[in-house]
Amino acid sequence: MALKAKTSTRIGVTILGWGIALWLFFPIFWMILTSFKSEVQAISTPPKLFFMPTLSSYAEVFERANYWHFALNTVTVSVAATAIAIALAVPAAYSMAFMPSKRTRGTLLWMLSTRMLPPVGVLVPIYILARNTHLLDTCTGLAIVDMLTNLPIIVWMLYTFFREVPAPILEAGRMDGATRWQEMTMVLLPLALPGIASTALLSLILCWNEAFWSLNLTSSHAAPLTAFIASFSSPEGLFFGKLSAASTLAVAPILVFGWISQKQLVRGLTFGAVK
Amino acid sequence: MFRLKDTRTAICTLALLLTGSALSSAEAAGTLTIATVNNGDMIVMRQLSTEFEKAHPDIHLNWVTLEENVLRQRVTTDIAMKTGQFDVVTIGNYEVPIWAKQGWLTEIKPDATYDVNDILPSVRDSLTANDKLYALPFYAESVMTYYRKDLFQKAGLTMPEQPTYDQVRQFADKITDKPNQIYGICLRGKPGWGENMAYISSLANTFGAQWFDVSWKPTLTSDAWKATLNWYVSALKADGPPGATSNGFNENLALFASGHCGIWIDSTVAGGLLFDPKQSQVADKVGFAPAPKGPYGKGPTWLWSWSLAVPVSSHQSADAQTFITWATSKDYVKLVAARKGWVLAPPGTRASTYAAPEYLKAAPFASFVLNAIKTADPNGPTAQPRPYTGAQFVAIPEFQSIGTQVGQTVAATLSDQMTVDHALTSAQASVTRALRQSGRAR
Repeated sequence: MALKAKTSTRIGVTILGWGIALWLFFPIFWMILTSFKSEVQAISTPPKLFFMPTLSSYAEVFERANYWHFALNTVTVSVAATAIAIALAVPAAYSMAFMPSKRTRGTLLWMLSTRMLPPVGVLVPIYILARNTHLLDTCTGLAIVDMLTNLPIIVWMLYTFFREVPAPILEAGRMDGATRWQEMTMVLLPLALPGIASTALLSLILCWNEAFWSLNLTSSHAAPLTAFIASFSSPEGLFFGKLSAASTLAVAPILVFGWISQKQLVRGLTFGAVK
Repeated sequence: MFRLKDTRTAICTLALLLTGSALSSAEAAGTLTIATVNNGDMIVMRQLSTEFEKAHPDIHLNWVTLEENVLRQRVTTDIAMKTGQFDVVTIGNYEVPIWAKQGWLTEIKPDATYDVNDILPSVRDSLTANDKLYALPFYAESVMTYYRKDLFQKAGLTMPEQPTYDQVRQFADKITDKPNQIYGICLRGKPGWGENMAYISSLANTFGAQWFDVSWKPTLTSDAWKATLNWYVSALKADGPPGATSNGFNENLALFASGHCGIWIDSTVAGGLLFDPKQSQVADKVGFAPAPKGPYGKGPTWLWSWSLAVPVSSHQSADAQTFITWATSKDYVKLVAARKGWVLAPPGTRASTYAAPEYLKAAPFASFVLNAIKTADPNGPTAQPRPYTGAQFVAIPEFQSIGTQVGQTVAATLSDQMTVDHALTSAQASVTRALRQSGRAR
């Protein structure tokens, strides 16, 4: 009886899990499907699930814009912003986790509070700073802004992961004569590597999808894939097929990357959850 | 295990990569950066611009395609802060006089071969401030009526040469077949100064309404405005598609092109799109008529032109002017006709385009477009004297904000959140407040 109840609960949970997963995936599925439709098929009502697929939208997207230029900018900015953010966040989180002061918690909350301000609130000062430092429409400028935007979340996540590392292990390293740097790089980092990797992956995804600063601080040279997508929206004319094709091309690399690294991501996010 | 040497190598590589990217942003001399939108005519211009580069080997073109609202925001920021990121900008006739008065645009002085007198007078005037030309029109549009000939025939109806709004409402009632998803009338309902308020402002003019009196006092609670909004709301509620508040130009284009609208009153630019079988399932069933007239019957009607201008922040003003005179010339129209066909020639700007028999043959809606643009007269009189110009907008900087605000109030009447009277009283109060805050009205 108990076994029967357990089995039905498991089936129920499985169905619920699949249901939520499909519900979340549906917009991406529909976007991919629309990218293979003609513009007329894309707007047909009721929407068509079965149709003769065409690559015309992709052909037009590749004809109109240099996809690889935008993709390279996205990769450069995302990798650079993530690398710099991790390099700055690791020592910050280390000191907060293992040498806390009475202001540590307040500092962490203050850092996180900067995420609560709408980005448009600081658009003018950031734009003027970028103009005066000649960083407008450069990967460097965008990487710095993306890095600063994500830094609070990265510090917070790393702080949480580092807190899961038992302090006696670090103390043991210190007893063996390790310096602070060696303690951090040779003891802490290897132990917290899954957490750092998942933080870096999350940062990479956030940078990849960032649109507000990309659209405002870049125009052509450093324009990333988010600007590439926006350029296919049209005030006059049908564009759903082409926009879907551009969006599919833009999300495909990060989707594949996320798929490959999902084990690492889940492992990192649940790091220290069960002790 | 981390190795210090590897970390250093990675940091150095990253630094080099970023430095390289920063240096590469320094614009080469002779490169013009053109900010534009993703409209069909602009895409053709970009494709054909290789011809310009061949003729001017010293000038290289760098295209930045942006979403319309992002483009406005980016260009405004760029010009106001004198960044000089763009050498040519695509803007409308709403922005041109306002930006010209701010000193943001360079005066355009085309040479004698350009034939500036060939540009339709209403379009040329809308790009002129203080008797100086500040932009050249790439293509222009007004308003007209699209209808389904097959549905009219089935219902035994005939579209008059000059329909009235009363007639349009009667036709819409007769052809509406909601169980089969045929909606008698489709109109813009999406809130926004360039969306529902573009149509409603134009509708208000022909109903004898206007935004302000001569002392800049809003007149939104007038009887004429009530009649305007009552017609609009009752027509869309009775014969319009569901969720009309989500429908802008593109959504209505999609509805009409997929066979769900009986009548659609909107921009003349839709003519070419609805007539194209690749984009429209009703290409062989579309009928054209002038925009309907309301009880007043006169007043300025819709005129919009996408134009090319040179911001004062550009460091290559002379080259930029060379490009925009090429892109808006008679020769460019001929180039489009030769390469892409006459039907894709930029409409609404030049009299010579409409004098070409090939164009009139290829685009059966051309005469309606020409007539609509010629008679648009955005500077013309409204029922009462007015202190502003513009037909589907009020040519003041505050209009983007107040237009969108009133647009949201109007949309609330469609979704039954407000009555027409309540919406107009609320709009009157908010517009009065906005104009007092800006110092335009006391």
